Amino acid sequence: MTTSLENLETRQIDRTKPLLEVDRLVMHYKIKAGEVSAIEDVSFTVHQGEAVGLVGESGCGKTSVALSLLRLLPSNAEYVSGEIRFNGEDLLYLSPDEMRQHRWKDIAMVFQGAMNSWNPVYRVGDQIRETLDTHYRGAMSYDQQREHMERLFSSVGLTPEMLDRYPHEFSGGMRQRAVIAMALACSPELIIADEPTTALDVIVQDQILKELKRIQAELGMSIIYISHDIAVIAEVTDSLGVMYAGKLVEYGPTSTIFARPRHPYAYLLLRSTPSITGPRRELAPLEGEPPNLLSPPTGCRFHPRCPFATDKCVTDEPPLEEIGDGHRVACWHHEQVPELEEALHR
Amino acid sequence: MTTPPIEADDEHARSGQRDPDGASTRELTDGADVRTVPIWRIRLRLLGRSVGMMWGLFRGNQMGMLGLGLIAIFAAMAIAHPVLMATVWEPRIYDPVVGYDAVMTQYTVVEGEPTDPTAEISLTEAQLRMNPMIDVGEVINIPTQPAPPTLTGETPHYLGTDARGRDILSQLLFSTRAAFFLGAVAALTTVFIATAVGAIAAYFGGWIDGGLMRFADLILLMPLLPVLIVLSAVLEMSMLVLGLIIGVLSGFGGVAIVLKSQALSITVKSYIDAARVAGGGHWHVIFRHIIPNVLPLSFLFMMFGVTEAIAIESTLSFFGLLNVDMTWGLMINSAQNNGYLLSGTSYWWLLFPAGLAVTFICFGFFLVGRGMDEVVNPRLRSR
Amino acid sequence: MTATLPPPRTGEPLVEIRDLEMHFPISKGLFRAPTDFVHAVDGISLDIAPGESVGLVGESGCGKSSTGRMLVKLMEPTGGSIMFRDGDYQRDVAKVKGSEIKDFRARVQMIFQDPYESMNPRRTIFDTISEPMAVQGVGSVAEREERVLELLQLVGLTPAASFLFRYPHELSGGQRQRVAVARALVMNPTFVVADEPTSMLDVSIRISIMELMTKLGRDLGVSYLYITHDLAVARYMCDRIAVMYLGKIVEIGPTEEILANPKHPYTRALLSAVPVPDPALKRPPVEIKGGISAAINPPPECRFIQRCPFAAQVCQENPHPPLEQQGDRHFVACYRVDEIDSETEAAS
Repeated sequence: MTTSLENLETRQIDRTKPLLEVDRLVMHYKIKAGEVSAIEDVSFTVHQGEAVGLVGESGCGKTSVALSLLRLLPSNAEYVSGEIRFNGEDLLYLSPDEMRQHRWKDIAMVFQGAMNSWNPVYRVGDQIRETLDTHYRGAMSYDQQREHMERLFSSVGLTPEMLDRYPHEFSGGMRQRAVIAMALACSPELIIADEPTTALDVIVQDQILKELKRIQAELGMSIIYISHDIAVIAEVTDSLGVMYAGKLVEYGPTSTIFARPRHPYAYLLLRSTPSITGPRRELAPLEGEPPNLLSPPTGCRFHPRCPFATDKCVTDEPPLEEIGDGHRVACWHHEQVPELEEALHR
Repeated sequence: MTTPPIEADDEHARSGQRDPDGASTRELTDGADVRTVPIWRIRLRLLGRSVGMMWGLFRGNQMGMLGLGLIAIFAAMAIAHPVLMATVWEPRIYDPVVGYDAVMTQYTVVEGEPTDPTAEISLTEAQLRMNPMIDVGEVINIPTQPAPPTLTGETPHYLGTDARGRDILSQLLFSTRAAFFLGAVAALTTVFIATAVGAIAAYFGGWIDGGLMRFADLILLMPLLPVLIVLSAVLEMSMLVLGLIIGVLSGFGGVAIVLKSQALSITVKSYIDAARVAGGGHWHVIFRHIIPNVLPLSFLFMMFGVTEAIAIESTLSFFGLLNVDMTWGLMINSAQNNGYLLSGTSYWWLLFPAGLAVTFICFGFFLVGRGMDEVVNPRLRSR
Repeated sequence: MTATLPPPRTGEPLVEIRDLEMHFPISKGLFRAPTDFVHAVDGISLDIAPGESVGLVGESGCGKSSTGRMLVKLMEPTGGSIMFRDGDYQRDVAKVKGSEIKDFRARVQMIFQDPYESMNPRRTIFDTISEPMAVQGVGSVAEREERVLELLQLVGLTPAASFLFRYPHELSGGQRQRVAVARALVMNPTFVVADEPTSMLDVSIRISIMELMTKLGRDLGVSYLYITHDLAVARYMCDRIAVMYLGKIVEIGPTEEILANPKHPYTRALLSAVPVPDPALKRPPVEIKGGISAAINPPPECRFIQRCPFAAQVCQENPHPPLEQQGDRHFVACYRVDEIDSETEAAS
């Protein structure tokens, strides 16, 4: 696929500089039955140009984290404590108007199933133009907008003529590409991609992930990928966070986590993912169900399903500790996991 | 193709609806082994539980509760009429149709034109109306129809009497029963027909769907009131007949189209396929799977159907086209026949009680419908 | 779970699909005969042996779900035949009519993709699982209750009694899919079509459902047609894999053979696109062009020609290639198998 990115602004990036810092974020949903502790003490940092992945089962809070970053949570959500700093500015203290300025211009989002959010009665190009109008009011002439959109489209592997088409003339994959073009429209520094390829076929999924990875590298953007499928984001992320029941249980460089998962949950998650390469391994199913977050388990939230749980896990909550080289784990037994792993194999 | 139900799952996680340890089942059987408890008893309890849950949701809706309150007031009115007739009200006077009470109003006879028309009466007029021997300054009693509300006396008329000396309150209470009856007949007929038509059209599709829906379009295109007016000329239009006609017309018409679209959203669910793979025939699928899932919406339309039927009835009665004893519409009709319709507020008791009754009962059913809408459509629920 | 050997070829296949066709007309109006047809399934032939699990793999729109629906008689084929043999019971599925249908339904069942939509939200788990018994008039209520309890135990929903009178919304996705498995097995079928039974589940739950299905299939002697878009899942479920593209089977063979030694360019592309849970592994990409389109009145030549990086004149001039044997029970529908083999070897 021929693409031209040279005209889109390429940012000078400093890979050691943090772009987004999530610091001890706690967020609850208030419902009639009580408070759901959806995000509990989650901290991670996204550096400039970095791709971070968040994985976990349904209801583990990964989507809530994404929505928190954009402050798009439903009205019954309540930020209890913590900070979300974007370029040093705490997003939680911004007024709704100031937040709106950041959204899309600095932080854009590609939702799960966003490809179905196109308005069917407008041309795709006109819908992107609307975004440009909102954020660059008067700064771009009609022709400049057109030129910019054509560049965006070619950067995601679509032809410029497709700007004049209606959404129903696009296939699912093309619509999702157009969504990505829309997300890129204001050259954001950060893109949050929540299950960006979940509804797509494998081949299209592969193409889109590769496209995103290339664009991210070329434009110097940061991306947060969110998925329930650890295999999908293995190839596209630099760092990986594993979430369980509202908590970040393991965080570190993707390659480290894949090679040496130290949280039993991350370990089991990896072991339960079928693969087509390598010898056909025995798969270890993750037994049990995720807990009800209205009354989360005491101590380590994973202890009811953990094969290694001890009494300590039931009473004391393990902190997220650094165990070397940016690898952080919240488990009392992380040192023993390799041994226990062997025991499981036998 | 492969969207994991993340939103749905989050929804469950947020609402805490899951029941991992099966406490609900223990509660159903009072802790006994399910095998020892007859299934019908468990089903009964399940039904009770879901009714209780729905009531809990409905109760949280203030508008719905206001509507229910209004309906309760009207129900009390409907019950009150036969009770009052049997106990305190003398039928000859208070019967809503054939009762008569000549309320005497005292007037002072004056010379020439009266200054206060309600309290005084001119000599010429009094002589013409009563007795040529009347003198100025004399106080006379003249039977008045319509009489304004009288709160005291042997036969009080709290809402006055109409142009034929009949008690308005009695008419008002008596008509409530008719309104409920009509509403029930029309709404039940509507829902019965519309649910069946909608489910059948959605499930079978093809020419059955095409035929039924074109028929629905045809009925929608017919102007309802003119059609009913023509029908009332041909048929002996009683409340029952009217209710059935309104029910059939809206049952095959608009409501059928709405319920069909709801049924259509159910026929595409894979549990319909699952039921067919299980060996279920067409009617099994329609009665066990489609209709139970359309029914909540049907009940909703039942509420709106009541509103519509009462409004139509009032219109037809107002034109005097119905063969009925007494209804709210007829009350206004008799006010109009006797020339009081355009008299402004000076004869308010002839118009307002009936008019307000129609308005409030329709409002009540409408509000209950809206409240039920929230129970039926979880999306409308406030968290 | 070890890689099972292909079942012995003695005896007759359980399911024998011959030239199966499903052409959907595109309606032009009430009184005009349709001239355009979507060739959803276009002449596929496939045998499934007793006890065997066959995976039908392909992208959405390739016709795999239509095939499954025809096998369970949710859809009538427009051409070809499906022979179903279960001991003495032998029927052409399309010709099963009237009172015979219930008997057929007891033998062939289906598990659906969406655990949130495959159960009536207003019926209890007991009603859902016992539905086949109820509509076929099998057993008394007490017997059905007993059977449902037995099945709940079997699919690992314990204590079974506590699940009997719950509603689907009170269960998680994984638990619901276990209920779906129980429902499919309640009549002791010999053949189950599973249409993407795990694709809507979290990865972490998929394995347990897959293992459950494999185990029960083996214990109860059930054959599966496993419809999926995910080759990694098919690897763990199926003895053989058939790859479908636009209504045609383009490659079929034993699972490990297909994964290790794919021949058809589409299979190669599909395999290279499957995400691998290992960032260290770099795979040679196989680029194919564009996306899948709808097969509306398709031209006679190879269906894959527009996206095929290896298309040559021979593919233009000849009709869609037939399936030809390329090794032990491995069949490929491509004119250029050998050339592609040598080209890719040279490239790597």
